[in-house]
Amino acid sequence: MIEFKLPSLGADMDEGKLLEWKVKPGDRVKRGDLVAVVETPKAAVDVEIWQDGVVHELVTQPGTTIPVGTVMARLLGLGETAPAAAPPPAAAPAPVAAPAAAPSRHPVSPAARKHARELGVDVESLPGSGPHGAVTVEDVEKAAKGRKPAPEAAPAPAPATAPAPAAAPAADKTLAMRKAIAAAMSRSKREIPHYYLSQTIPMQRAMDWLTAYNAKRPVTERLLMGALQLKAVALALKDFPDFNGFWMDNAFQPAQGIHIGVAISLRQGGLIAPAIHDVAELALDELMKALADLVRRARAGSLRSSEMSDPTITVTNLGDQGVDEVFAIIYPPQVAIVGFGRVAPRPWAEDGMIGAVPAVVASLAADHRVSDGHRGARFLAAIAARLQEPETL
Amino acid sequence: MDAEEIRKVVLAELKRIAPELEEVQPAKPLRDQVDLDSMDWLNFLVALHERLKVEIPEADYRKLGTLEQVVAYLSAKAR
Repeated sequence: MIEFKLPSLGADMDEGKLLEWKVKPGDRVKRGDLVAVVETPKAAVDVEIWQDGVVHELVTQPGTTIPVGTVMARLLGLGETAPAAAPPPAAAPAPVAAPAAAPSRHPVSPAARKHARELGVDVESLPGSGPHGAVTVEDVEKAAKGRKPAPEAAPAPAPATAPAPAAAPAADKTLAMRKAIAAAMSRSKREIPHYYLSQTIPMQRAMDWLTAYNAKRPVTERLLMGALQLKAVALALKDFPDFNGFWMDNAFQPAQGIHIGVAISLRQGGLIAPAIHDVAELALDELMKALADLVRRARAGSLRSSEMSDPTITVTNLGDQGVDEVFAIIYPPQVAIVGFGRVAPRPWAEDGMIGAVPAVVASLAADHRVSDGHRGARFLAAIAARLQEPETL
Repeated sequence: MDAEEIRKVVLAELKRIAPELEEVQPAKPLRDQVDLDSMDWLNFLVALHERLKVEIPEADYRKLGTLEQVVAYLSAKAR
């Protein structure tokens, strides 16, 4: 019997509220399938399962708030049979049950999800009119009132199961997010002895390369400088693994992959830093697509659990807001965060001449328990060197 | 498509990216007013490219500072 427990989706989460199950007893699931939607202080997250099996029993009821580590469901491993004492699965397993993962579904904002539950609308069947086809509160209201009945998308009847669990109202969500950020950042400043370094990096080569790259491509295939910066950090981390991992149990634990958490500000306030997996292995165009997709889903409230739990380092870019330099706070249990300011013309001396070149200040905040300034300086220099050879990114 | 229709499309796409948006001053810098970061800006241009079937070279971004300029640029291109 496999126990499926509520995973931790970040240092600022110690409990979560089950909003809905995406599976039912008898369903076959495979590694990576989405099985549940859980509300955390920062977002409603699609939770993935990490084993193959058949759902045997759903332990947690939707609407319940449970601590991290609580057994939410039990599964039978492949080939395993149900123990005699346990009741058999309620219904014969549907041989062609719909896959648990529904990658094509529209993103749904947490507020819309909540509203849909209150009104008994099946949010998954609604066409979305929000950003990127996201289902909005308005869509839900329209569907509920039948004001604009789409031909085949009549409001579905309320689920026959139990009282609909309600996600928190928007104001509460903002408050919950602030509390989560407060908890994680206070812990970081209390526990992590940060040291800070910065380096001004000339960006003429990277800018020229990017301009030439983008000039040949339609707007749908263009890269942002942020993608080059992420790749440069990822490649530098290959030689500096002591900045990629976690401080846990009084020791540094290096991470297996390079999964960069990208700090994304949300329009309603607050921020979230979900991971792009294996950044060093992605080609720039793939990385750009992954970045655009991650930002879109973060803002639509449709992230996956592995993206929340896997970041091994964070990169934050505040250049668009015009800042010169970022003095960032490490997101525990990570041990480093890299910040980028804006790329802007700055005086630059070369061969005894001063000229104006586009440059960016890259900064590093790192955990002094794990690394020292000397290593940090070399890590920043490695990032700078990578950005001088944009064609190798 | 005339300038007024283009203007409606532009505003609709801005609102998709920034749902909280209420009013846009047509002659003031767009990105500051709407708080568009580079990713928002790119998404905005992709949406305009797809809806209006116009190519928007990166070299032309500088011509797209205000709502007025965006509408004028797109009107000329869509003609």
